[in-house]
Amino acid sequence: MARVFVPFAMRKLVGGKPELEVPGATLRELIDNLEEMFPGTKERLVEDGALKPGLAAIVGQQPTREGLRAKLEDDTEVHFLPAISGGGPSHETKSS
Amino acid sequence: MVITHEPKQHFKVVGTRPIRHDGLDKVTGRAIYGADIKLPGMVFGAVLRSPHAHARITKLDTSRAENMPGVVAVMTAADMPMAKDKLVDLGEGAVNFMYASDQLMARKTVKFKGHPVAAVAATDMNGAQEAVAAIEVEYELLRPVRDVDEAMAPGAEIILEDLEGDNLGEKVTNTNMASHFRHEFGDVEAGFDAATTIVEHKYKLATVHQGYIEPQNGTAIWDTENRIRIWTSTQGAFTARTQLAGILQIDASRIKVTPMEIGGGFGGKIPIYLEPLAAVLSKKAGARPVRMLMDRPAVFDATGPTPGGWVKIKMGVDAGGKITAAEADIRFEAGAFPGSPVSAAAMCVFSCYKNDNTRIDGYDIIVNKPKSAAYRAPGSTHVAYAIESVVDEICEKIGMDPIEFRLMNASKEGDRRGDGPIFPRIGNIECLEAARDSAHWNTALERKGANGKVRGRGIASGYWFNIGFKSSVNLNLNTDGVVALIEGSTDIGGTRVAIAMQAAEALGIPVEDVRPVVVDTESIGYTDVTGGSRTCYATGYAAYEAAQNLIGQLKGRAATIWGIDGEQVDFADGVFASKADPELKMTFKELAGQLNDTGGPVNATGAVDLESAGGGFGVHICDLEIDPETGKTDVIRYTAVQDAGKAIHPSYVEGQMQGGAVQGIGWALNEEYFMTDDGKMANSSFLDYRMPTSLDLPPIETIIVEVPNPLHPYGVRGVGETPIAPPVAAIAIAIHDALGIRLRQAPMKPARILEALAQKDAPSG
Repeated sequence: MARVFVPFAMRKLVGGKPELEVPGATLRELIDNLEEMFPGTKERLVEDGALKPGLAAIVGQQPTREGLRAKLEDDTEVHFLPAISGGGPSHETKSS
Repeated sequence: MVITHEPKQHFKVVGTRPIRHDGLDKVTGRAIYGADIKLPGMVFGAVLRSPHAHARITKLDTSRAENMPGVVAVMTAADMPMAKDKLVDLGEGAVNFMYASDQLMARKTVKFKGHPVAAVAATDMNGAQEAVAAIEVEYELLRPVRDVDEAMAPGAEIILEDLEGDNLGEKVTNTNMASHFRHEFGDVEAGFDAATTIVEHKYKLATVHQGYIEPQNGTAIWDTENRIRIWTSTQGAFTARTQLAGILQIDASRIKVTPMEIGGGFGGKIPIYLEPLAAVLSKKAGARPVRMLMDRPAVFDATGPTPGGWVKIKMGVDAGGKITAAEADIRFEAGAFPGSPVSAAAMCVFSCYKNDNTRIDGYDIIVNKPKSAAYRAPGSTHVAYAIESVVDEICEKIGMDPIEFRLMNASKEGDRRGDGPIFPRIGNIECLEAARDSAHWNTALERKGANGKVRGRGIASGYWFNIGFKSSVNLNLNTDGVVALIEGSTDIGGTRVAIAMQAAEALGIPVEDVRPVVVDTESIGYTDVTGGSRTCYATGYAAYEAAQNLIGQLKGRAATIWGIDGEQVDFADGVFASKADPELKMTFKELAGQLNDTGGPVNATGAVDLESAGGGFGVHICDLEIDPETGKTDVIRYTAVQDAGKAIHPSYVEGQMQGGAVQGIGWALNEEYFMTDDGKMANSSFLDYRMPTSLDLPPIETIIVEVPNPLHPYGVRGVGETPIAPPVAAIAIAIHDALGIRLRQAPMKPARILEALAQKDAPSG
């Protein structure tokens, strides 16, 4: 089971928990399982079959460069944070 | 000075100080920059910019300009394709191309002074400028939103009417707040309850520009076969191509971007400004080449600075000086469109300290200023000013030595960063130890200068996370043993030679036998920007990979010559040798001379997509002297300590450390966008926007600490950005040491110092 650190903005969807244990051999499986446990979480993380633009997944100690295919082991920490870009972060917001 | 930690490697090329390959061209004026481009039939573009910070365009008539002699094209936002209102992942960040397009050419409202309204191409520059002046525009003035507090105040003028903001996961409309996020772990309230000393303050910073010497430029041809060619000063040709494709709604593969030599960028030349306009004008002018150059006022008014805003820090410690809790509230001006570096600031704010109870709130706020862009460790200087000032105040309150406090609370491998993830191997403690043991720290400061001046010393830490990402390198071996190294990384700060040195080390040849060339987007594989402190690390890694590939092929050639199996060939120190027969050996150069008889050319590619470049920590010590009569401050001694992982070319690492320190000193003491009440920058020239020169500062002393990065074969970490993080804080702390005043607003210019001194001396009550 990976340890998912729930972004603050998603905590309402998971009963206020800051951290969850979620099964999954890959990041894709983990997010699918998280969605089954807490409906509505996947759309915060995934768009068009990939991590949402502007979002990075930290798997272990590093932002993964493998997207949803990133492999997970037991006790791997997973964080979802704003993605960074050359020289800085990506923190744009779409308009309606 | 270089201090190397385990595990140590022994190098022949890495760690030496060869002359850079592009040095002679640059000092003799032969290097080709964007403004040097001359093409047959070329015409010249000029931009009409808004004189107002916030206004609705009620009339825009270009007919007079269109009929002026020499004018070949006129464009407005109506000529820009309507980009999709969608956040698009660029592979190294995301952008909403609708906003990006609106930023380059205003559609309905102008949102910052300098916002382009129209552009003209003419056969000479004067004609283009006269035509621009002939364009008739009428505006309905709107109230400018000048800072984060105005933007968030009830009843604030809304700048982007259709903005859908994100407030901790909830959608909000009719707002100037593009986003509000939070990182939180531990029990913050319990942590503060356990504290015996709590310090809480707010620190304000002005908008500041990178101040690169070369203004933006761009030349474009949009031909009749719907292909676009661009020559430009950019930190990333491929990223420029992606932005052009999104804004102009054309396939990226139809665009070729040639990066010219660059006269500084510091993050500010990652976005594009002129290139799409030049392309559209070229298309309207019948595929004639269009060259556009900015002047300095346009650079200040219309390209991305680093944001103004404020940072509030609250930190608690127990009786022994151990941090028990900390929280931060960070509010940054995004400029006229979303996208300030507030999330990077949140990553950095508590990174130098172990802290188990953390809360960080970040706000990205729209104001009527040019959209902010990256500036060297974007966001980190802001938060370092705040956190390091609070730490110094805590040290003063509890009577603890500032280095002892930092060492006791220092983050290290296995500790959690402020936004959650766990640190890998880092060199924070080693940098603090190097500062503690430095000649500077151990030399007592004479407290009084001449003519009543007083002196003070400050010390501050800083952090930047450093990125990895994608890079490609091709190596082409010539029969004389010289290797052409083809790369896509714009050379900033000597990256050509630093990348060539890594290839030379791997190949066992002198760096003079590697010839690095930076090429266009059709001549090398995808390469991310020169930014994020990634280039020496990631493109250097790609060069290392390409060299391994080349060696593998050459082993096969040696095997062919000796009639043995390729597995039986060893390679070390530039010599190929048979494992079985010690008599069979050949140098790299000797083997290169036999390519033609063994199968012809040997070329190799290295391509990588890397994670973080290993976090970078730095500690700066500043001595300064202040005239209490005038408030004038002079830095009299300055030392920068930094973990470089492994300094490939120590001179250029030192150059980065010195350059970052100097930019930070300017930020601390002088630099600011001085804004008028109607939201316009009043000092948009280098005469009035005062940056430090070599006459203003002493030599910056450097101590390179090498805590090898386990993710890189030679241990490299990024180095370019960390050194701008500590200076503002170090100077604020030194001012307090000299005068006993805490300045919580930058720049700490003479007027602010005198004002604070007057308040300090005023009778209470």
